[in-house]
Amino acid sequence: MEVGQMQRRLVDYTKTLFMEGFLDAQFLQLQQLQDESNPDFVVEVVSLFFDDSEKLLNDLSMALDQPNVDFKKVDAHVHQLKGSSSSIGAQRVKNACIAFRNFCEEQNIDATLRCLQQVKHEYYLVKNKLETLLRLEQQIVAAGGSIPTIEMGF
Amino acid sequence: MAMAAEAKFHVLAVDDTLIDRKLIEKLLKTSSYQVTAVDSGTKALEFLGLNNKERNSKADASVDVEVNMIITDYCMPGMTGYDLLREIKGCSSLKDIPVVIMSSDNIPSRINRCLEDGAEEFFLKPVQLSDVNKLRPHLMRSRSKPNINKRKAAEEIVSPDRTRTRFNQAEERSSSPN
Repeated sequence: MEVGQMQRRLVDYTKTLFMEGFLDAQFLQLQQLQDESNPDFVVEVVSLFFDDSEKLLNDLSMALDQPNVDFKKVDAHVHQLKGSSSSIGAQRVKNACIAFRNFCEEQNIDATLRCLQQVKHEYYLVKNKLETLLRLEQQIVAAGGSIPTIEMGF
Repeated sequence: MAMAAEAKFHVLAVDDTLIDRKLIEKLLKTSSYQVTAVDSGTKALEFLGLNNKERNSKADASVDVEVNMIITDYCMPGMTGYDLLREIKGCSSLKDIPVVIMSSDNIPSRINRCLEDGAEEFFLKPVQLSDVNKLRPHLMRSRSKPNINKRKAAEEIVSPDRTRTRFNQAEERSSSPN
């Protein structure tokens, strides 16, 4: 596949992710911040998000598995996950976290367990999408092309 | 060796989250600031305290570790951004350094309290490049008027903005756009 085709495929793919709500404008901000002095900025930030999230999801599973759930602790973890997903533009994960925090306030164990499943689901979806997106970018760069800027008209 | 007139502003960024630290550092560097990023209020005070000693000892004039602004997250374990703000404003040698607070939570009482207690701006996370652009006037002002330490009670202007700024009385500064 030649570079132009790859670039078009990337643009289309990225646009779908925005339209489906997986990513929001914050992700664009990250891409705009990437430059020659830091060409791996997006990959680095996204990797941090993956590491952070997986640890938090583990902590959440454990915290909700206790006989006496400490909802303050659960809320603290969700707050952190909400923060990091917001920082990279993972909109659906962020929204799932907002709902999760509401149920933490109510100390509703069944609802919070459901929220955890929902957050996990959204996380793995966006992880998959981001990995695909970054792979497409990598292929373009490897073929000597540049990553096209997406104009979304927000 | 004299400090160059064009020396970059040095911003101390404080955030316990690695992702946000990386982000704010990049935003600040993109805006041509020199950045030191630490992960806690305690480390920030250590850094500032260290600064202070070196400045006071006038040991090596070529070593410039002056901090021109502090930008800090609000929610941090141990010392919050608000606690850090209070420490800085309560310290005679540090109180003139402008402080900006960031938070992912939009809580008006929290925002008001920070602004009233001396924060220059309050940014909602995720912080944008356009937010960072608002820092320059505060930095320019503090560089040209190092002795401003009287702040009148802040009147907060409620704006539909994502940021909140303290409104200083007109006679306290020369006409400056806000």
